[in-house]
Amino acid sequence: MGIPSKTAMFSSRFAWLLIASGIASGPLSADQTIKSVKYNRDIRPLLADACLNCHGQDEQSRQADLRLDRREDVLLDRGGYSAIVPGDAENSEVVRRILSEDAFLQMPPPDSPRQLTDQERAMLLQWIEDGAEFEQHWSFIPPELPTVPEDNTGWSRNEIDRFVLRPLKDNGLKPQDEADCRTLIRRVTLDLTGLPPTRKQVEQFLADTRPDAYERLVDTLLASPQYGEQQASMWLDLARYADSGGYQGDIPRTMWPWRDWVIQAYNKNLPFDKFTLYQLAGDLLPNPSDEQLIATGFNRNHRINDEDGIIPEEFRMEYVVDRVETTSLTWMGLTMGCARCHDHKFDPISQEEFYSFLAYFNSVDEFGRGYGNAQPLFYYDPETQAIIERIDRELIELGDAAQGEYQKLIDLKAERDEVLSKSLTVMIMKDLPEPRETFILDRGLYDSPGKKVEHGVPAAILPLSKEVPRNRLSLAKWLTDPQHPLTSRVAVNRYWKSHFGRGLVSTPEDFGTRGAPPSHPELLDWLAVRFISSGWDVKALHRLIVTSSTYRQDSSATKEQYLRDPENRLLSRGPRVRMRPEEIRDQALSASGLLNSKVGGPSVKPYQPDGVWEEMVAFFPEYNQSHGEDLYRRSLYTFLRRTVQPPNMNSLDFQSREICQVNRPTTNTPLQALVLMNDPTYVEAARVLAQQTMLTCPSSSNDELWLTDVLERILIRPPTCDEIEILKAQLHQHRNDYRSRPELAQRLMTVGESPIDSKMNPVELAARTVVVSLIFNVDEAINRE
Amino acid sequence: MNPFATEIHKQSRRYFFGKSATGLGAAALGTLLKSETAHAAQGPHLPSTAKRVIYLFQSGAPSQMDLFDPKPDLENRRGDELPSSVRMGQRLTGMTAQQDRLCIAPSIYKFQRHGESGASVSELLPHTAQVADELCFIKSMHTDAINHDPAITFLMTGSQLPGRPSIGSWLSYGLGKEAENLPTFVVLSSKGSGRPNGQPLYQRLWGSGFIPSEHQGVRFGNTTEAVHYLSNPAGVDSHARHSWLNALRKMNEAKLEETYDPEIETRISQYEMAFRMQSSVPELTEIENEPQSTFDLYGEDAKQPGTFAANCLLARRMVERGVRYVQLFHRGWDQHVNLPKQLPGQCKDTDQASAALVLDLKQRGLLDDTIVIWGGEFGRTIYCQEALSATNYGRDHHPRCFTMWVAGGGFRPGLSYGATDDYCYNVTENPVSVHDFHATLLHALGIKHEHFTFRHQGRDYRLTDVHGRVVDDLLS
Repeated sequence: MGIPSKTAMFSSRFAWLLIASGIASGPLSADQTIKSVKYNRDIRPLLADACLNCHGQDEQSRQADLRLDRREDVLLDRGGYSAIVPGDAENSEVVRRILSEDAFLQMPPPDSPRQLTDQERAMLLQWIEDGAEFEQHWSFIPPELPTVPEDNTGWSRNEIDRFVLRPLKDNGLKPQDEADCRTLIRRVTLDLTGLPPTRKQVEQFLADTRPDAYERLVDTLLASPQYGEQQASMWLDLARYADSGGYQGDIPRTMWPWRDWVIQAYNKNLPFDKFTLYQLAGDLLPNPSDEQLIATGFNRNHRINDEDGIIPEEFRMEYVVDRVETTSLTWMGLTMGCARCHDHKFDPISQEEFYSFLAYFNSVDEFGRGYGNAQPLFYYDPETQAIIERIDRELIELGDAAQGEYQKLIDLKAERDEVLSKSLTVMIMKDLPEPRETFILDRGLYDSPGKKVEHGVPAAILPLSKEVPRNRLSLAKWLTDPQHPLTSRVAVNRYWKSHFGRGLVSTPEDFGTRGAPPSHPELLDWLAVRFISSGWDVKALHRLIVTSSTYRQDSSATKEQYLRDPENRLLSRGPRVRMRPEEIRDQALSASGLLNSKVGGPSVKPYQPDGVWEEMVAFFPEYNQSHGEDLYRRSLYTFLRRTVQPPNMNSLDFQSREICQVNRPTTNTPLQALVLMNDPTYVEAARVLAQQTMLTCPSSSNDELWLTDVLERILIRPPTCDEIEILKAQLHQHRNDYRSRPELAQRLMTVGESPIDSKMNPVELAARTVVVSLIFNVDEAINRE
Repeated sequence: MNPFATEIHKQSRRYFFGKSATGLGAAALGTLLKSETAHAAQGPHLPSTAKRVIYLFQSGAPSQMDLFDPKPDLENRRGDELPSSVRMGQRLTGMTAQQDRLCIAPSIYKFQRHGESGASVSELLPHTAQVADELCFIKSMHTDAINHDPAITFLMTGSQLPGRPSIGSWLSYGLGKEAENLPTFVVLSSKGSGRPNGQPLYQRLWGSGFIPSEHQGVRFGNTTEAVHYLSNPAGVDSHARHSWLNALRKMNEAKLEETYDPEIETRISQYEMAFRMQSSVPELTEIENEPQSTFDLYGEDAKQPGTFAANCLLARRMVERGVRYVQLFHRGWDQHVNLPKQLPGQCKDTDQASAALVLDLKQRGLLDDTIVIWGGEFGRTIYCQEALSATNYGRDHHPRCFTMWVAGGGFRPGLSYGATDDYCYNVTENPVSVHDFHATLLHALGIKHEHFTFRHQGRDYRLTDVHGRVVDDLLS
């Protein structure tokens, strides 16, 4: 036996640990509970965190030939002893090692940054004592329809609520009351359309006394074209959509037809499985329609390197890897990228499986150096095709020769720009007639091919039938196979998060073994199964969520209530979520009446401080700001240059769109305050809103009426008495100030390009503008609550 | 275990503030992080020599054999083919891959040894030469990337791929705030006279990747106001703004009464911080109030906003006021062709002010705990790109060796570290990788690079990825 005989030190420490952690049985006070140790909840994350870097599935980094993530390995006879002896902690080598104080034996080793706490040691001991049962990671087991709990309280409106109520009760909490009508209409309208409700919508809703008035409102919102815009604007983060190439030159590109396809797909309520199929493999469908081809632009949104002198194959491989990472993260919530250089440390994805998955994306008929819209392209005008293909051939030949032909290079690019400025194209997927061979790349390097691999998927997730053709079409169908354990859960979790600000799985970017376990596992599975059986009906899913009592709760909380559920993990109140920069800007445009509601089309260039592009980029440095109606398009149409993002969106946590982004962080910084106070976008919106409302309330003798009007347009509620006092005092003060210095009032009128009604009194307009701007800046205005 | 308050950041800040339950504003977060850091320094972390960094990044890749790493014997081999025993199959960029010959192009510039340390510095950098004894030259830097974009991204973030936090973001996250009313991480940029439109910048170079975006660098503009949206709109003066902010605070406080959400408290304090920035930033950037002696030191260029010299002066003013990390970018160091026409200009842009910054910090007692870094993203080839003549040549990208210098903050002054072969092609002694450089930089700031992590998508990320070793020899 490899373990020294039991020592007094060992057993006393063992016993002490169990008692210290409250796991051991024995006299416990009433508020202490004995928690059994569960593999998936307690042990798996602990092993992943502290042990699997050296004792996981990655063979290359494995130490002592020991694997701790599979039962058969830990039970192996290692010459008279085993890593784990189920039910017998004292005779388990693992236990000896984690309790050892000998630097040569101790695990994790003393120099490891990750050491175990006593609580963790005790959990491992308890788990081994209990029999060391391993479980499959929850997210790799296909969801099954759980039984819906009963609710006799009458609170529940649909199944969601019945799943939510029980854990609330278990934690001694009660649901919050239903939010009032004004709060609800603002919340659900912002949520489903990204815009605040109009005055007319609010009046209609308040006047609608039918019992299903709210459901009718939801149906109207889901049917509006703005619903597709709002959904698309979130999908663009995943799709790393932008209007430029993203490398050195960051050359502008034209991918907006793909963006418009997404808007329309959501508006037509294209089922999620088809939405998946068209984007991943529309080009491989029999006789694909134009829409199905354009949809494949999803996997051409990655960055493309335009730098002269690059080794094209190096970057072609980057694009292929990007497709793997984006596809696996978007549909499966897994970061397969970790397996590019070695077997995944925690999740069941081997390096070979990574490259097998990569094979699906490796046969695109593309070249590693690309300028603007790179081949393969969808041509709206077939005559363009011949010209562009000729130029691209010459560019490739020239790029390999480069010597002394710089001028020719410049001329060709200029000719290409010229042709494409007159004729629309969009990048799409198109495979070579014969697929490229795919190899495992040593350390992920393009020039270190190893073993050849075939197309394949990670077997531990869901095996792929051997019969199906080896192409992206099969891959897309595999992802939406009803038995696939991840796709439906990942999708419903993301849609859930779009409403509550937090997913049922709080790590939507990681459904792997290191991700957070779901707060409501049965609800997640019920939603996932239901989503599939509904025919992947996205609008129905949204409708289900927003018509639940859970969603309709008031979001306010007392300090005590807040502290009992600070992250609202238990859903003890309605969502209160800081709006995204797109929503904040669109709200200001909409409330002021400036918003241009045109759907789709080329991206536009709204206000931006001088010099932002010029000081950074080398090519196309002029930011030709839009004018007129194009200044007031919704923010998802703002031109996105990856290397230099719109500063007013960037400050508010907008992402660079360089890679697939599941989660935007929400920060709270002084730079955000500066944007909302001083960006001409918001100052102009305030002035225009002041101008509009002054028409109905011209006299300064009725400030209260005017303030009520303004608040109702922005916050969708009348002001409180206190607010009236605060705002009236402001109005009064700014009026006096501008009266004594009218030149300041005149100057404020110069902000923004929309016309000023010359009949209006500039002093009065300026004072009101400043007050409207204040209301745009209150915390409530930038939160959906 | 948790040296840099990772827990705090892993949990939502709402939760954090909720738990502390004492109505802390966001400004307090920095203080807490500072105390966390102090606490950590007693545990796994190190006593730090440095507290802040000014990184003078020379974008495009300055030519090491024309500036710091002389190979005088190569004049005898002018025009000879680079021996394949030296090149050893090193890949070539697309710009020279098809060239018939790779001819040796010796530097045409004179070198002298300077100071007590006897460091070799080119005649193109006379001011730098004068402060040679303050500098720690690393002649054995090497990198993995051969093109600008991935190479700069690698140096700034530890990865060639986008999505990782930049050095300054890591430090903002780890070390917290020092200046109350200024950003922790500031970015300044200038164009080089050698290639005025060369070397674009990308926001990811100061991005925060997966770390919350409050840690991203704030780029100060050159042509208009320093910080975007800093100034009140035309027609709104500071007096009006002050009263407006008071009213806003009252409105937000009323909201807080009704809905307990600590983010509202944070928002209140962030608006107040914004207001303070409206005066602290202009105070910072008003370099015209500097005495003439300052401009004698930095050069007259420093009077011209947007120049490298003005940015060096600004950098000094920033670290004086507690900015943690100042990242300068000077563009235009990409001398593929016509090197003798471009390089002197690039040197003139940067030489005097770089040296002045080191001297100035020293005079003010700031050099001991401020690290100044000077260098590009890779080196340049000894072989000529395009035609070689007696007076003209160009050099392609070269990842296998390049020179950087570091001053202050515990780096050993007067040291020349590492060596390259006769062709300035391969490192022959004491190689320093980009990861090693990052590890050493963090070490000087009191941070163990293996322990400084941020969990994202299930993985504990480090600035040094899974690599890097502290080069103790570089530190005193």
